[in-house]
Amino acid sequence: MAKITYIEHNGTEHVVEVANGMTVMEGARDNSIPGIEADCGGACACSTCHVYVHPDWVDRLPGKDSMEEDMLDFAYEPDTQRSRLTCQLKVTDALDGLVVQLPEKQI
Amino acid sequence: MTHFVVVGAGQAGASLVARLRAKGFEGRITLVGDEDAPPYQRPPLSKGYLLGEISRERLFLRPERFYGEQKIDLLTGRKVTAIDTSVRSLTLAGPDGAEESLSYDALALTTGSRPRHLPAAIGGALKGVHVVRTLADVDAMAPEFAEGRRALIVGGGYIGLEAAAVACKLGVAVTVVEMGERILQRVAAPETSERFRQLHAAHGVDLREGVGLERLTEGEADAGDGRGDGRVHAAQLTDGSTLEVDFVIVGVGILPETELAEAAGLAVEDGIRVDALGRSSAPDVWAAGDCANFPLGEGRLRLESVQNAIDQAEAVADNMMGAETPYVPRPWFWSDQYDAKLQIAGLNTGYDRVVVRAAPEAAEDLSAPVSYWYFRGDTLLAVDAINDPRSYMVGKRLIEAGRSPEPAQVARHDLPVKELLG
Repeated sequence: MAKITYIEHNGTEHVVEVANGMTVMEGARDNSIPGIEADCGGACACSTCHVYVHPDWVDRLPGKDSMEEDMLDFAYEPDTQRSRLTCQLKVTDALDGLVVQLPEKQI
Repeated sequence: MTHFVVVGAGQAGASLVARLRAKGFEGRITLVGDEDAPPYQRPPLSKGYLLGEISRERLFLRPERFYGEQKIDLLTGRKVTAIDTSVRSLTLAGPDGAEESLSYDALALTTGSRPRHLPAAIGGALKGVHVVRTLADVDAMAPEFAEGRRALIVGGGYIGLEAAAVACKLGVAVTVVEMGERILQRVAAPETSERFRQLHAAHGVDLREGVGLERLTEGEADAGDGRGDGRVHAAQLTDGSTLEVDFVIVGVGILPETELAEAAGLAVEDGIRVDALGRSSAPDVWAAGDCANFPLGEGRLRLESVQNAIDQAEAVADNMMGAETPYVPRPWFWSDQYDAKLQIAGLNTGYDRVVVRAAPEAAEDLSAPVSYWYFRGDTLLAVDAINDPRSYMVGKRLIEAGRSPEPAQVARHDLPVKELLG
């Protein structure tokens, strides 16, 4: 279980608890947090679940695989350090306290 | 209070009702579905869910509580049996068989599609013969996928090939028959077919193209009186051979679910005929998703995809609220087989040549990135990218912008694909 803070582009904060084994994308979906579309449902096929991870968390997350890296390169205003696809971030206890910011739009 | 009713609780129906609320519709919303589960994702059914990697709840597009929170009446396990468009009312069959009527101010049909079955006359109704469409279908077939068993997949389209990949991973011996001259014939170029042919062959699948199914036959019952046991036992193929099989997956396409619309007198022509806004031929009746046939350019189109289900449903939701925005699809698809991720941007209909973009090692290494670019004249129509998200994303951007790269530049694998964006 991890407490995750999602900050919408307009600044609205949502703090929710997400079960281990789910993804950070599913945590947003299951709590109706707007701004993460995840059209493909988590198949790393659409890049519409893009977020900016809080700077403190960049090095604490598991690395990106090449598929995620390549998809992110074409997301809306990606940041080489902070951008992640939330469908590829699996929740564990180690993610407790994670803060992610949502982009202005997905694609 | 204004009442919008949406019939069909799949991807399109779920996207439509969520969009209505997101855009501020304050009237009453009812979403009716004939399956028991709340709206769920279908693509993982033939992939991760069948493999046992994804639980049932994780397939749900929204948690069950979402509908209550958004004041959306979600009626699951309920079938709409008739629509009377003259009085804006529909008939619902209850779980107990009792009928009730429901009035609407506007109605959206997101009834989706249903799989083609094999005729019972050739063994299509035998036990052990499955189609892939619903959670119930996949729950019924999952126990068949046990190590050492023998599966026949009828149809070499995406559904059949994804099922073949899952079966292989689980230790099932797989034969695929495709009666067309090649797998993926209806949807992809020969180059893409060849790549997937190699991939399945490398995993030990017995792929037989240009071979159809003659009939399925049942085993003998224990009584020994010559009567059958009702379960598929063998398959006779059009090349004269016979295969012993333990189960069969039928992936021979889907048909738009238009029965209800037809009975209600709506214009139907390969799907429910709608205009660019999503309006059917009947007043205040709309349609979106797999079941809808919409105008595009000079012609008409019906798309079977998640992209279309989401985007057309959202357009229709907006238009039901008066937006009057024509729907223009920006098609994309994907398929996962083994470790290959296929991503498709655009529609390849009418292509006259295919440009291959691949590094030299791709000939030997099936996991290497490779992409196939479909052109008509100098116009880029579509891209099939396998393990090559960069080509997919570049192709998608170009197609959506109505731009076409030089084919000779596309083929240059030594040039970063991003440079095609100019």
